[in-house]
Amino acid sequence: MKPRQKRAMFIVAAVAGLAAAVGLVLNALENNVSLYFTPTQVFNNEAPHGRSFRIGGVVEEGSVKRETDGLTVNFVITDMHKSIPVVYKGILPDLFTEGKGVVAQGRVEADGVMRADEVLAKHDENYMAPEAADALKKAEAANAAAAKETPIK
Amino acid sequence: MVGRAHPTITNNYLKVISMIPEIGHFALIIALFLALCLGVLPIIGAARDNAVLSGTARPLAYGQFVLLAVAFLCLTYAFVVDDFSVLYVAQHSNSQLPVIYKMSAVWGGHEGSLLLWAFLLGAWILAVAMFSRHLPGEMVARVLGVMGLVSVGFLLFMLLTSNPFDRLLPAAADGRDLNPLLQDPGLVIHPPMLYMGYVGFSVAFAFAIAALLGGRMDATWARWSRPWTTVAWVFMTAGISIGSWWAYYELGWGGWWFWDPVENASFMPWLIGTALIHSLAVTEKRGAFKSWTVLLAIAAFSLSLLGTFLVRSGVLTSVHSFAADPKRGIFILSFLVIVIGASLLLFAWRAPKIGLGGKFDLLSREALLLSNNVLLSVATASVFIGTLYPLFMDALGFGKLSVGPPYFEAVFVPLIVPMVLMMGLGPLARWKKFSAPELAKRVRWAFASAVLIALLLPLTMGQWTAMIALGLLLAFWIITSMILSLHERLGGHGNFMQRARGQSLSYYGMQLAHLGVAIFIIGVTLVSGYETERDVRMDVGDTLQAGGYEFRFNGATDVEGPNYVAARGRVSVSQDGKLVTELFPEKRQYNASGMPMTEAAISPGLLGDLYVSLGEPIPDSAGAWAVRVYIKPFVDWIWAGTLLMGLGGVLAVSDRRYRMRRKTKLTMLAAEGK
Repeated sequence: MKPRQKRAMFIVAAVAGLAAAVGLVLNALENNVSLYFTPTQVFNNEAPHGRSFRIGGVVEEGSVKRETDGLTVNFVITDMHKSIPVVYKGILPDLFTEGKGVVAQGRVEADGVMRADEVLAKHDENYMAPEAADALKKAEAANAAAAKETPIK
Repeated sequence: MVGRAHPTITNNYLKVISMIPEIGHFALIIALFLALCLGVLPIIGAARDNAVLSGTARPLAYGQFVLLAVAFLCLTYAFVVDDFSVLYVAQHSNSQLPVIYKMSAVWGGHEGSLLLWAFLLGAWILAVAMFSRHLPGEMVARVLGVMGLVSVGFLLFMLLTSNPFDRLLPAAADGRDLNPLLQDPGLVIHPPMLYMGYVGFSVAFAFAIAALLGGRMDATWARWSRPWTTVAWVFMTAGISIGSWWAYYELGWGGWWFWDPVENASFMPWLIGTALIHSLAVTEKRGAFKSWTVLLAIAAFSLSLLGTFLVRSGVLTSVHSFAADPKRGIFILSFLVIVIGASLLLFAWRAPKIGLGGKFDLLSREALLLSNNVLLSVATASVFIGTLYPLFMDALGFGKLSVGPPYFEAVFVPLIVPMVLMMGLGPLARWKKFSAPELAKRVRWAFASAVLIALLLPLTMGQWTAMIALGLLLAFWIITSMILSLHERLGGHGNFMQRARGQSLSYYGMQLAHLGVAIFIIGVTLVSGYETERDVRMDVGDTLQAGGYEFRFNGATDVEGPNYVAARGRVSVSQDGKLVTELFPEKRQYNASGMPMTEAAISPGLLGDLYVSLGEPIPDSAGAWAVRVYIKPFVDWIWAGTLLMGLGGVLAVSDRRYRMRRKTKLTMLAAEGK
């Protein structure tokens, strides 16, 4: 092979490889990204149906109920504005407590209940998952806006 | 603050003791000054052929190390004596904490881990200064100078935004305690090991930059920087491995890798570092890939910097930490931009002078190594995208999202397969040019036996899946091709021992590290293929059958630890009616922070682990608990594999030829009159 042909082959191989890699990454991203929603957004039907996504918020006080099998847990995620009930079967993370931040991943069925297959609470007592903090902040802003509107009405 | 350290009061013992944090702070300030001198004077000296200026590099390096050691000891002292008038100590320690964890709490937070980083950088600079006697003076001056500049960046960052010696007045009555997750022997050694790796890549970076500055891009800089890079890589391998092991037994989920942003932050420099040590080998031996090696050295260190900052500044877990302390975020970004920008500019300016180096064919060992390098870089890029994608999307206002393990698995498997196939061929292939039919003929039996084992072995283990067979094929291909290589080199008639001794230590090191990869792949394949995970409610006396074992829950009792109370469960495990072991998983509640924590009980074994952890007590029951029972076949092979990789690296650097070649090179240079 002439040096020029050889170089051309190197370049073709490199470009083909790169294209394959980019395709791989894009395809994997497309299928494996899960979006976050606040309870208010889920209530307003902004979340996708029939697809798994994440809800961030706080575990509502007094909402945690365990079924007798000891593993199925019902609780409510709230942003202090709207609330979404969640069912989860399994062992919850250590830092899952009422009144603390939580993120749940799963599908919301027609009955409005999320069947979670993953529940996350973070590594630190004082730390709140950014998604949970974000949900609270948004709800607070919405509440404040609503409070401003009421006197006018 | 400087004034308070006036010498007339130093004879007052108590006052000095009370001022130890200020002494540490002061030491940091002087260390910054020395680092500044180290970053400027020797580089100017090397550029102007001024031996006096170049000669300042070593004394400055020694001085800087001593001061950083003083600062580090001061902070450690503040932790050990519970000086809660130091804000950082009050945030990360507690009087009840066992002493060993008080000492490791020094690097339990952002500020202290930066100090550890700076201290270890000082130690690497010291090591380079001490073990570079054979190198030309101007090279040493440049390398130490570049490392000095890195040190300036870190010390400035620490002093301006994250001073670990900041006071808390009035002092706290007691500290907020170290996060219980970090109260563990694994976490005592994991961060220092990992940081030794991160910081160690600064040596490879400094050698590359020094070579660019000097404009002499022959293979010598690769030879000099190779052992340093390998040592850094060994530390990094050990650090990541210990971290993964810790996550396995401490987080209570039984996983060994979560593709968590923090893990990815350490994995990226490791991948590029792996590419770098292979690329350096080619540059040293064949003079090829010169520019590519320089780029990898720059990338490895840049990713190390990125990793350190991402992990400790909280940029990744929360975008809002930028807003919470904008000074920190902006400093981080500017530092990264300066380091990466300046190095790439220098590279662009000097690269045309480097030349492409030795020629090689499309079918050659060089080409195989280059392809693996590219695959490793693509793997790094895919981790980079998956890790930072959510951050960018959020910053651009596209909403919050997360990229989970399935993404990384989907991307990694297709990249690993060709990588490992070439890994087996590489050591067998000839440099410059090989003949494909000839190589195919040599490896056919090795490959055929790997295929056969991969097809048959899963059948004996109960379940055959394509994924398991593929994993085993990769692992056994590495092993059989290694046996072939050893056979070709050591086999035949005559004195076996003599031939065995004739091979270099770095050859054995390479094979040992590759064997580590094989063992690692076997562990990963078998644990993901055959693991059993059960979450169940267990009343006292209940039994559970899993993986041929019977687990019996004998109830939980309360026990008291040094700084926690715990419920300790008793689980007896038996097989065919015979007691195998008793496990004692705990659910702890730490006194100071009130934080609950699961302490799993694990019975490790060569063929697999038995893993039991307690969920929560079940209300309105007679002592029933939610219990998690895992059986993890061959999981320890994962860490055994990483251990072998590390040992392979150690073996490779112990090769005597580095020292000898360096000497011959030096005599050559002396002969040239340099």
